[in-house]
Amino acid sequence: MKVGFTLNGKAVAWQGAPITRLAAALRDDLGSTGTKIGCDAGDCGACTVLLDGRQTCACLVAMGQIEGRTIETVEGLANGAAALQASFLAHGAAQCGICTPGMLMAAAELLRRNSKPCRGEVEEALGGVLCRCTGYAKIVDAVMNVAAAPPRAPTTGAAVGARLVRVDGLPKVTGREAFGADAVPADALWIRVVRSPHARARFALGDLAPLRQRLAAVLTAADVPFNGYGIYPDIKDQPVLADGVVRYRGEAVVALVGDRRAVLSIRDEDVPIAWLPETPVMGIAAATADGALLVQADKPGNLLLEGGVRRGKVAEAFAAAAAVTEGVFETAFVEHAYIEPEAGWAVRVGDRLEIHASTQTPYMDRDEVASIMRLRPEAVRIVPTACGGGFGGKLDLSVQPLLALAAWALGRPVAFVYTRPESMAASTKRHPSRIAAKFGCDAAGKLLACEVTASFDTGAYASWGPTVANRVPVHAMGPYHVPNVATWGEAFFTNGPPAGAFRGFGVPQAAIAHEAMMDALADKLGIDRLEFRHLNALRAGDSTATGQTLAHSAGLAQCLDALRPHWRKAHQEVAAFNRSGGAKRRGVGIGCMWYGIGNTSMSNPSRMRIGLSPAGTLTLYSGAVDIGQGSNTILSQIAADALGLPVGRIALVAGDTDLTLDAGKTSASRQTFVSGKAAERAAADLRRQILRLANAGTDAALSLDGAVLAVRDGGEVRTIDLAQAGPLIGDGSFDPPTTPLDADGQGIPYATYAFAAQIATVEVDLELGTVKVLRVVAAHDVGRAINPALVEGQIEGGIAQGLGLALMEEYLPGRTENLHDYLIPTVGDVPEIECILIEDREPLGPSGAKGVGEPGLVPTAPAILGAVQHATGVRATRLPLLPHRLREAIVAAEITP
Amino acid sequence: MAAYHRPRSLGEALTALAAPHVVLAGGTDFYPARVGRAIDEDVLDIGGIAALRGITEDAAGWRLGATTTWSELIEADLPPLFDGLKQAAREVGGRQIQNVGTIAGNLCNASPAADGVPCLLALDAAAEIAGPTARRLPLGDFVTGARQTALQPGELLAAIHVPRPARPARSGFLKLGARRYLVISIAMAAAVVEFERDRVAAARVAVGACSPVARRLPALEAALIGSGRKQLAARVDAAQLAPLSPIDDVRGSAAYRRDAVVVLLRRLLEGLAS
Repeated sequence: MKVGFTLNGKAVAWQGAPITRLAAALRDDLGSTGTKIGCDAGDCGACTVLLDGRQTCACLVAMGQIEGRTIETVEGLANGAAALQASFLAHGAAQCGICTPGMLMAAAELLRRNSKPCRGEVEEALGGVLCRCTGYAKIVDAVMNVAAAPPRAPTTGAAVGARLVRVDGLPKVTGREAFGADAVPADALWIRVVRSPHARARFALGDLAPLRQRLAAVLTAADVPFNGYGIYPDIKDQPVLADGVVRYRGEAVVALVGDRRAVLSIRDEDVPIAWLPETPVMGIAAATADGALLVQADKPGNLLLEGGVRRGKVAEAFAAAAAVTEGVFETAFVEHAYIEPEAGWAVRVGDRLEIHASTQTPYMDRDEVASIMRLRPEAVRIVPTACGGGFGGKLDLSVQPLLALAAWALGRPVAFVYTRPESMAASTKRHPSRIAAKFGCDAAGKLLACEVTASFDTGAYASWGPTVANRVPVHAMGPYHVPNVATWGEAFFTNGPPAGAFRGFGVPQAAIAHEAMMDALADKLGIDRLEFRHLNALRAGDSTATGQTLAHSAGLAQCLDALRPHWRKAHQEVAAFNRSGGAKRRGVGIGCMWYGIGNTSMSNPSRMRIGLSPAGTLTLYSGAVDIGQGSNTILSQIAADALGLPVGRIALVAGDTDLTLDAGKTSASRQTFVSGKAAERAAADLRRQILRLANAGTDAALSLDGAVLAVRDGGEVRTIDLAQAGPLIGDGSFDPPTTPLDADGQGIPYATYAFAAQIATVEVDLELGTVKVLRVVAAHDVGRAINPALVEGQIEGGIAQGLGLALMEEYLPGRTENLHDYLIPTVGDVPEIECILIEDREPLGPSGAKGVGEPGLVPTAPAILGAVQHATGVRATRLPLLPHRLREAIVAAEITP
Repeated sequence: MAAYHRPRSLGEALTALAAPHVVLAGGTDFYPARVGRAIDEDVLDIGGIAALRGITEDAAGWRLGATTTWSELIEADLPPLFDGLKQAAREVGGRQIQNVGTIAGNLCNASPAADGVPCLLALDAAAEIAGPTARRLPLGDFVTGARQTALQPGELLAAIHVPRPARPARSGFLKLGARRYLVISIAMAAAVVEFERDRVAAARVAVGACSPVARRLPALEAALIGSGRKQLAARVDAAQLAPLSPIDDVRGSAAYRRDAVVVLLRRLLEGLAS
């Protein structure tokens, strides 16, 4: 069928099946890949376009319906909404950028009707577009203040500390950014995977020959050279394709490869698989029960890993304590819900493989794919595409192994794009936890002892489970000085989805427990909850439970000092509100956190290069992947100041394993601290070379004009002709100093720690059990804010995810595998957020900076749950605190308005 | 290749329906049910049929064409009788969904949590069915179960009729969900109340997401008759919820739903009294 319509002001004639989704036609046939697909079900709004001027999900419109109509996409915005796009850039409203086109279109529709919308009108207009990165704060600001002037470009030497507009921001607001599914070669074959509908089963494959005749390939476990992968070098327990046994619902079984339409038209039931379902082991209790079935035959007791931290004399300390409190807290599987489902494509180039995919960790992908393919690592090139959100979920392999297998075998480009349900079923999750905590303090409120056992459901495969089980015992006492400590972490296999890395590696779950303990002890002694924390806060000079002395940069007390006026004001306001009675009751809560930056007691180096070419191009070669958090910008700012040239001169080559050095993973809040330090050293190395060439002193000022580098030293100017002297390359690396932990968990697990405290004000509907978070004030010790706008973006986004963890998010295999049953916060759910940045310099970090990627999320849930308790008297012990759970607890506690 | 018909007239549509087709209008339920697979069903797209679109009014009441979108309803000039339905329309998905999703589609999809159904039950609406024999059914007889309607092969929901009440009426709708936007209801309540000299002369109240199909609550409706404005909420009693059969699901427990519905009803009626 032929369809004629207007696309961004131009007449278009399209031909194809009329039932084709508009979103697909735009992307696949009309080159408008600025329109993103997040769910194909109208749940996320990423594909929002204007249809006859009204915002519409392009995934829900049939091409047969648009004859004679007008479509506007992000690519057409430059004609009229350039100011809106500029505002998104200026406000830092785009992080990963995957939701940005949809947000822009929704906002453009509003602004045409109403050029000065209020906050409520903006929320109404944007309510149908989900963002997982920003917490919406800067998006709402950008729409409300389109005319605001952009921040000025910093002068030379003043890039660090500036609210520099993200260096990679422009393509995110024009729709030109290429995510995993956006630059697939036109002749690519397509992969579709048949996944297990059972959490635990044996299976036998029938005759696949008929399918193989119709398709380019039908891949099974037998086709995988080394059918096991995993994060740890000694735990390669997850098969690329299941071999007769499946251990979780969503596990890959058969991969169909062929023409896109052909693979999509084959239904799961058309693939001959004889299933023998077995009773799955679900949850920690089932996994640890006597006689429990084993999830992995060689893992007795379903135990992945256990270990702890011991210091002092815990039993004696508890016996001497004036107040002791205990509690058990449980959390659920939580889905990353990045708006970009896993996607990529691969091609074989001679005896090498090139994989273009959305990832957080190119070098690990390279080595893991090489292991699976039994190739040398150098035979694999990973070219990260733009990453539409990761949050830890794109630290594990997803599309890469099957892309590699198919591209290698078939010699043609091959693409693989997960559907939303596939992404949710197949990918890793936050570990469900059961945390039993006991804390005691003396009569003055000084903490004496703590005992915490954190048990985790690590799902079917190890993934990052060991990382969680290792990290949590170190953090489980909270950011406090506790002289007597016994913490324990343990992770058990179940037939749930593999639990992996998710913003915080188990620390958010642990914080829910230790912060409840702080509230309970403070209440017992009649001490203000903030002051109780202030009294016990770890400070520079204190020893941690692992015996590490914190020499510098332990800014929790400063964070609490900054929050104190907000805390008191919030208490007064809440008390005034509650005096009026009624079904709505308000409360204020506080949460504190600490977080070790980088790997736990393991080397995690980063290496950076920066070069000046003979033509005078200044390029930072960074193997760090910017997944939206802003490392491209941060590293550029650090390098610019260390070198002494304007940040605007730096071009960036990022991620490609053929062109950059290994900068490690984008995880553990480490890129600013670790890669930032490497970038600083690389730039300082380049500067040293320049000064040596110019025979200039260390204070000399540099300037670059074409290929001529001028070095002004005092009154004297020397020039270097790069055409002659270039290329000049600076090299820098950094590996944070740590030591292994001994059997009692003693040692130096991290080189530095982030600290933070947040207060939340909530309104609880006592009769319905609903919670509305009204306001969050967040104080974070970041060492030094390299770019305050980006730091705020991390905090605001973390708060939104923490709110989801506390109140609404629960992944249930087979039941919440889409974005309408699995709820993440919308623009209407995230409160007003005020960020306070505390800069207690970390001497090891670049310009004193630490990390902030994960810390934003950690204190939020504890603060909200404390506020709910303040409002109602109910302390949540099972998360998420869905309305029915809170209401049932309110009824049980006989609390009435 | 599967067939795709987009007729311009109802007659053409009914001719096409002589063979089985999946009916497509706003696409907001059609496409989500077909994620990640080729679409191979024969489709009848009724979006191009002018006779199915728009809202008209006569002495007997209003006719809402089947493909009237939620946004068209929100923007239509309608009396306070429709306030509840408009409130529901604003809670259906986000703006994107409201701009293309249709009222009839909401009924034909027949989800237990369909936001439009309790309101239309409270409006005493009827379904106008086109087919080999045109017929009309009270809404309560049209939606027959979870994901089930009374539509027979060859039939199409052509419009929804809302009768003009005997007296000036007010209406309202309350939805309970676990987040602000884009949320499937845990429970919802809709009511239409007709007053005469500040006393309730007639009342129709319905609850959704607490039974396979939204249900009217006749005992509550009877209890409201004769009530003064200020006493409306006090006449709600849990015993009136007998027609409901809530279940435990991922959004809430059955017990919670029973409990919450009482609160929703009281608040809804309180709102109508003011």
